[in-house]
This record gives sequence, C-alpha cells and structure tokens, in this order.
Amino acid sequence: MSRMRTRLVVIQVLVVCLLAALAVRLWQVQVVRGPELVHRATETRTRTVIVPAVRGQILDASGRPLVRNKTSLVVSVDRTGLVGMRDGGMKVLTKLSEVLSRPVAELRRRITPCGPGVSKPCWTGSPYQPVPLDEKVDTREALQILERQEEFPGVTAEIHAVREYPGGRAGAQMLGYLSPVTEAELEKRVGLKAAFSGVDLAGRDGLEYIYDEDLRGKAGLRRVQVDRMGKALGVEKQVEPVSGHHLVTSIDARIQAVTEKALQDAMKAAPGADGGAAVVLDPKTGRVLALSSAPGYDPAVWAGGISANMYKHLLSEKSGKPLVSRAINGQFAPGSTFKVSSVASMLRAGYPLNGKYSCPGSVTVGGRAFNNFRGIPLGTLSLHLALVKSCDTIFYRAAYEQYLRDGGRTPRKTVKEVFANTARGFGFGAPTGIDLPGESAGRIPDRRWKKEMWALTSATNCKRAQTGYPEVKDGARAAFLKRLAHENCSEGFVLRPGDSANFSIGQGDVLVTPLQLARAYAALVSDGKVRSPRIGWALVRPDGKVVKTIPVPVVGKLPVTEKERLYIKNALSQVASDGTAAGAFAGFPMDKVRIGGKTGTAEVWGKKDTSWFASFAPTQNPRFVVVAMVSQGGMGSQTAAPAVRQIYEGIFGIKRPAALPGGKPVSRLPKFAPDGTVIRQ
Amino acid sequence: MSALAHGRRSFARRVLGAESPVWRLDGVLVVAVLALSVIGTLLVWSSTRTWAPGSTGLLKKHLLNESIGLVLCAVVASVDHRAVRAYAPVLFLLSLIGLGLVLSPLGATINGSHSWILLGGGFAVQPSEFAKVGLLLITAMLLAQPAEGRDRPRPLDIALALLAAALTLVLVMLQPDLGTALVLAAITASALVISGVRKRLIALLVLVGAAGVFSVFYFQMLEDYQVARFTAFVDPNVDPRGVGYNSTQSLIAIGSGQLFGKGLLGGGQTTGRFVPEQHTDFIFTVAGEEFGFLGSVTVVLLLGVVLLRGLKIARQCEDRFGTLVAGTVVCWFAFQTFVNVGMTIGIMPITGLPLPFVSYGGTATFANLTAVGMLLSIRSRQRPYA
Repeated sequence: MSRMRTRLVVIQVLVVCLLAALAVRLWQVQVVRGPELVHRATETRTRTVIVPAVRGQILDASGRPLVRNKTSLVVSVDRTGLVGMRDGGMKVLTKLSEVLSRPVAELRRRITPCGPGVSKPCWTGSPYQPVPLDEKVDTREALQILERQEEFPGVTAEIHAVREYPGGRAGAQMLGYLSPVTEAELEKRVGLKAAFSGVDLAGRDGLEYIYDEDLRGKAGLRRVQVDRMGKALGVEKQVEPVSGHHLVTSIDARIQAVTEKALQDAMKAAPGADGGAAVVLDPKTGRVLALSSAPGYDPAVWAGGISANMYKHLLSEKSGKPLVSRAINGQFAPGSTFKVSSVASMLRAGYPLNGKYSCPGSVTVGGRAFNNFRGIPLGTLSLHLALVKSCDTIFYRAAYEQYLRDGGRTPRKTVKEVFANTARGFGFGAPTGIDLPGESAGRIPDRRWKKEMWALTSATNCKRAQTGYPEVKDGARAAFLKRLAHENCSEGFVLRPGDSANFSIGQGDVLVTPLQLARAYAALVSDGKVRSPRIGWALVRPDGKVVKTIPVPVVGKLPVTEKERLYIKNALSQVASDGTAAGAFAGFPMDKVRIGGKTGTAEVWGKKDTSWFASFAPTQNPRFVVVAMVSQGGMGSQTAAPAVRQIYEGIFGIKRPAALPGGKPVSRLPKFAPDGTVIRQ
Repeated sequence: MSALAHGRRSFARRVLGAESPVWRLDGVLVVAVLALSVIGTLLVWSSTRTWAPGSTGLLKKHLLNESIGLVLCAVVASVDHRAVRAYAPVLFLLSLIGLGLVLSPLGATINGSHSWILLGGGFAVQPSEFAKVGLLLITAMLLAQPAEGRDRPRPLDIALALLAAALTLVLVMLQPDLGTALVLAAITASALVISGVRKRLIALLVLVGAAGVFSVFYFQMLEDYQVARFTAFVDPNVDPRGVGYNSTQSLIAIGSGQLFGKGLLGGGQTTGRFVPEQHTDFIFTVAGEEFGFLGSVTVVLLLGVVLLRGLKIARQCEDRFGTLVAGTVVCWFAFQTFVNVGMTIGIMPITGLPLPFVSYGGTATFANLTAVGMLLSIRSRQRPYA
C-alpha cells in the first residue's frame, strides 16, 4: 500500500502542476491578451455598415437645384467576402448577372480594384467596402436578391442617393462630378477613416470638388451584431449621419440655360468651330451668373460608375474633350478685346487721354509692315474712336515705341514693360482664383517669359534647326518650320519688335481665358476693382440656416484713374451700336437696353480665327458682363457677338420671355423653410 | 454491520442513523461536484438558448440528465465498493457489448462520430462513456490482487488488464473515437502506475505507447481531419477559416471575457455561436467569455477540488481495490479536464472530449457522476479516524 500511496503523491504533484498550467495560460489569454482578443471578437461578431450622409444640393441664386439627389436602389456586393469563397464568388456573380441582366465579365470587372493594368470600370474604393454594382435597380430585382439572401451572400440592395442634374448638360464642367473616394484620399482626410465606405463619394471636379467637404456631410455608422452565418442579431451601435450643407450659388439657372443655348447655336452657326465658352458675371458683385463651355456632356454618365468606353470617349479629341471647361481652361489670344488693356498701357506710358492719333493702314515695326484690318487707313482718331473702330496701327506704334524705350533688342537693366505690366493689372497672366479647380493662368509674354521659354525649348529648337523636319510631308511647311526653329534657337530669348506689336492687339503669344477677360471687363465697367470671381454664394444647412456667406475677394485695382476708366467704358458703350459689333446688334432695341462691348478676332496659326465678344449691359450702371468665345469661330462680330446678343435677348426678354424679369441679378439669398425646401417668393 | 442487522432497521434509520454512511460522505467533494453541475447547467442554457427564439434550448434535457446522474451517483455511493468489485467483470462485459452494438446496425452517427445507440424519443446513449467505467473497474479489480507477499500486481493480471484495455480500445477505435480511446489509454496507464508495477514496465509501456503514436502517424492510420487538427494546433494560422477555425474562435471567445467576463447570457461570441460545439466539447469557452478569468479559474479550481479530494480518498482507502479505483478515477478526470480546457486555450490539440460535470451530454454525465458515486462510496466506508 505504501508504494501505491507514493505513486498517488506523484500523481497529485502532476495534477497540481497541470491545473496550475491551465490557470497560468488562462491568465495569459484572458488578462494579458484580453484587450487584443476583445478587439478581434468585436471584429468577428459585428459588421460595420456605413450610413452615407445625404450630400448637399447645389442650388442656383433663387434656390433652384442645379444638382440634387434622387434616391435609387443600389445593389452592392461585399468584395472581400466574395473573393474569399472557394470559387472566388463566381457562382454568386453568375446568379447576380441573371437578375441584373448584365454580363458576368462586366460585374467581375467592376469589383476588381483599380491598379496597374486594370482600367475602368474597376473599383476605386477600398477593397474592404461594398462595391455598388448597379445603381438603377428596380424594386423587383432588389426583392429577388433580398428575399433569397442565402443564394446571394454578401449582396445587398439598399436605397442610396444618386446625383441628378435637372439642367441636363448645362454647366456640367462647372458643377463637376463624383466618384468613389480612393484609399489614398481617405488617408489625407481628417477623422474620416471610420466613415469610409464604398458609397462614399468624393467631388472630382468643379464645385463638387471645391466644396466637397461642406457638401459631403458626415457619414453615420451602424454596427450590427451578426452570428456565425452572418445573420444580423441586432444593432450594437448607431451614429446618425449628418447631412451636408447645400451650396447656394450665384448662378441663375435661367441665364445658364440661355447661355448654353446661345453657345450651342453659335457653334452650329460657325462651321469648323471646335470649342467655345461663355461667361456671365455680375460686375457689381463679381459673382458668376452663368458659366458654360462647349462641347458639353451629360453629367448623368457619372452616376453609378462610368463605363470604360464613355470615359475614354470623354477624354478623346474626337468628342472635343467635353470634360475641359473652356471658360477657365481655354487659353486663347484675345484679339482686339485686349485693346482696353493697351489703351490703359498707352495712358500709363504717358500718351494723352484726349490726344489725336493717326491710324494709317500700315506701320513699320522692326523693319516689317504691320497692317490694320484689311489694311484700311482710318484717319486721325481719338482713343475713343480707336477702340470703337478697332484701329490696330495706333497700338502697334505705341507698343513699339515703348519697346524701344526699354532698349529694344538689347534691353536696359531695368525695363518698364508698360504693356505687359498694365495687362497684369487687368488680371491677365494669373489665375483669377475662382472657386473651381485647375484654372489656367493665361500668358503675358514679356522679356522674362521669353527667356524662360527659350531655356525650355532651345535644345529641341537648335536640334531641329540642324535636322529640319523630314517627317513633315509638305515641303514648304517643313522649310518654314526649320527656319522658325533656327530663329528660335539663335534668338528665341530676345523679345522682338514684332512681339511687342502683336501683344498690343492681343495677338501672338498673349493668351487669356474667357473668365479672365470677363473679370477684366467687369472691373472696367463697375468700380475699377479686380475681383476673384465666385460661383458659390452661401452654404446653407439642410434646415435652412445660413452657415456661411462666401465673399468675393477684391484682389487688385485696374491701373487706370476713374476718369480714364469711364472714358474707356464710354468708348466701349458705342461699339455695339456704331462700332465693329453694330452688324451683329442690328435691330437690337438699344433704347431699351444699351449694350457695350468689344469684338475680338484672334488669328491662330494654321487654324481659323478665334471669335471673341466681351460685353456689358446696361451701359449705365452695368449689371451683366457677358463674354463669349468660339474657337475657330471666325470673326468676333460674326460668331461671338451674335451669341452674346442671344444671351442678352434671353436675359432681358427681347423677342422671348425674360429670364430675369426686372433685368437685375438676384440680390438676396433664397429663403428656406425649416424642412430645407426653398420658399418661393 | 451484518446483513441481518440491515434487514431489521427501517430504511430511514439506515440512511439517517448515526452510523449511516451518509454522514461520512465527503461534503467538500459533493459541494464541488454540485457547483460544477450548476455552472454547467447555466452554461448549457446560455449556449443553447439561441437555437430557437424564446426557447430554453437543451436546459430541460440537461436538467433531466443531471437528475438521473445524481440518482445514479447516490445509488452507487450507497453501495459498498467492495461489492462493486464482484460485479466488475459483468459490468465490463456489458460495456463491451454496448460498444459492439454501436458497430452493429443499431449504432448511429451524431455530429460525425459513430458512437451512439438511439433509444427513441430524442434520447441516445454513448456506450463508450460507460466503457470508461467498465474498463476502470475491471483493471482495478485485476491489479488489486497483489502477488504473494508483494506490493505489486501479478504479471498475469497485468497481462489481463492490458488485454481488457486492448479489447476496449479496438472497439472504440473502430467507431472511430480518438478522444475516448486516449481517455481509455490514460485510465489503463494510470491504473498500472498506481498499482505499483515496476518502473521498468512503466518505461516499457511509455516506449510502446510512443511507438504506437509514431506508427499511427507513419502508417497514416489517422483520419485527415485528425491530422489537420494536429497541424492546426501546432500553427493555428495555417487555415483560420478551416481547421484552425475552432481553436481561433475558441481563443477569441475566452480571451474576450477578460478578467470579469461579460456576464451570464452576455457573451456576444456565444450568442453568435462562433465556436462550434459550444455546449459540449467547447463549453469552457462560454465560461471564459461570460464569467471571465475569475469565473473560468473558479471552474478549474472546482475541478481541482474534485481531483484533490479524489486523491485524498485514494490515499486514505485501506484496500487496494478502493485506492486503485479512486486514483484511476482522478486520473481519468484530470486527463479529460486538462485536454478539454487545454484545447480551448490553445495548449492542447483539439480532441472530442467533454469537460467533466460541465459539458452537455447524457451518458457522459451518468458516467462521471457514477464515478463520483464510487469515490463517495469508497470514502464513506473508511474508518472514521482514517
């Protein structure tokens, strides 16, 4: 018995040790690793569903929606779950393709994350979030999926808000578009990581991009407790989403519509026109009333993910690149519309305001003849008439004289560059700072720009000067290009006399955007202050409370005295009735609304002329500045001026109901009812 | 206490009289076993009530099992263990027949193991659980007959004990039920060790056992899932959604209980039924999640109390048979406790073994409580001063 007892003692020791081992291990698992395992438990036990916030609407000045939301049934799949299946989710996708009547290959493509070699329609969002597969599902299809959840694991049909554009194509580039937020973008956002979801969209262009943060709101969150089979057991945590602010803009939907139509008609009327833009500003406030660019496109193509073909098409030359807003990105020589700056330059250079200037058919600049339009001499003119009749030679001569004063081909140490600097004072050569992304700066070709340009291009030019252009078939053209390359190589850094002459009439290397021209005219006809135009007017909470009014910053002052400004404005007031645009405005009731403006016809080498008309109305106390530009549209008086006329006819109700009864832009923000609807006045 | 005296007295006096064995029951052991049974009942309720909305799951059935088990325990406790010794061969034969029936067309497969005989009415028995008791008794009976003037069992008895073990093992492995087979091996081995066989023989048995384990792997006698479970034990990250799923989920459930637990019925992992078999083999995960470290350690401590009381009973018993039975019962419980709790916290591979007194399961409850009854019987027949 004693041996048995000894062995029992051994067993007792063993038992105690094993139990102690269990206790130690339990401490390790439950106390030491507890927090980590609690986290993992929450992960396995719950599914976090992002409840997207309702994105704010974009409204016009009277509260009409430019962009609103409509609800639609969206079918999404949980990508991670699908890929984790034994067949990579093929069975579920095949079933889904039957219900949605879409090819399986397309569905597969849409859930594949974008990356090298994977192009649209791929998934740009997070790989861990549900991917919306179809945003135009009808109730029957949605029910088919929801009622047979076991056949469609990880597939949901939910009501989502989708952007809708009541104005169709109107202002599409200005409004911008949305697409799913990418992970990289999300990293940059502050405090949004939890709110990242497949349905979380980010503004990609236009106002949607600039005011993204305000429009977006804050996504809510619903943490659902699930069992092993993924069946929901209950809601553990719920955070309600906060709707985004509405953006009230100064755009007037009626003027915008009129402007779109006028631009389209102008494009149609000018054979060969390949693009156009029209800008309507309120010169008094600097706010934008309409902004359109042609060709346009229907922004509805973005809703529900754009197809690869459509995306390619929108970027192609063939479609005319409708995603590009020519109003802020179109850079063209301004032609004679630029002469307002040149008149100011002459005044700054010391030419008398009330002087008489001879306008011969031709002047010699740097040994070359520079002609008036069709070489017609216009006699002796005041600066007033020089603008009305659009004399060129007066400006050539003045610019050349200033060029020589700065030292000509061998510039002095400090050059005045009066023409270039005055143009800058009009806001040319720099972005206007409008609340749109990716605006172009235009170009003021002064001596410095010449040098910089030469530094960038001399290597290529000098090589071409040697090798020529063997690939160009046309012998004459190839010879010309070689000569040009040689010239640019040897003296490309020198501002030549011809450059200064061309600059004075808005030709050659000077480039402006339609918006730049419009705001220069707005400053000229209002108070001489150069403003950074704004489309956004106010941010309004969904319950109607104004969160913020967006001011229009004054960024400069025109380099003219008040007297000079009024003199130039006065001259421009005569153009539409007696000057170069008289033909285009024949029959326009100037007694009712007097229009002022300036035509522009800019030559583009190898292409048709760019047609410009920059205008304002009424000439007394102007409330509208309208600038139209048609690329390859021909003469300013032929294409752009009629388009501007059409816009004014629309605004003031000539031959048609007035878009703006009273003829003044809306001056007060729309009123909202507590439920967020606009109160019509 | 002669049989004649028994006959003269009333049943009540016999049970409650001053010299009645009832007063010599091991109170600590009884309390620990009852506490474990209550905890087990709560955990079975918590883990099965979600099977259908508003149901109590297997609670009622479990309470019935417990009641039958406690009656069995009381009956066995009141029987003199020396009388049981006489019936050991009969019980052993009965358990062999039961195992044989499982292999006959009467046997049924539940949860992937062919270990059951259906009784109808939703009831089923698992003869392999009874086989543990049967083998334990026959082994103890054989090894309790010491050699002449020695303190060791006779070689013939050792051989017979091994033969009995081999017979049972073969029948169990034919089901196949690896978990029970391991318990049976542990029972025989511990009985041999306690009975005082030579250390040489122990060493030889260890060698044979090692060779057996090796050949089982080498000749690929294990089912694929058993190999997979072992692989998953060595590295649970191999296939966290497949074979590693159980151990990963079990660890998550227990760990998420932290120090104080989420409270009875408050365990999200339990409610979501992320751990399979959470009312039977993995019931400890429910304890871990809902009662926390304090609760799960209490379960381990209660089991420890049972084991240590059992060892005390074994040590204090004056006859070899009683000592052997008590010691082997302890080893059986210890083995099953360690393997079961160990597998839920990732220190043992996953084997289908229930946690004594806590897991749901009728036959296992009966067998465990019968064994407790034997411990109580052995204790109550010791001399009061021992």
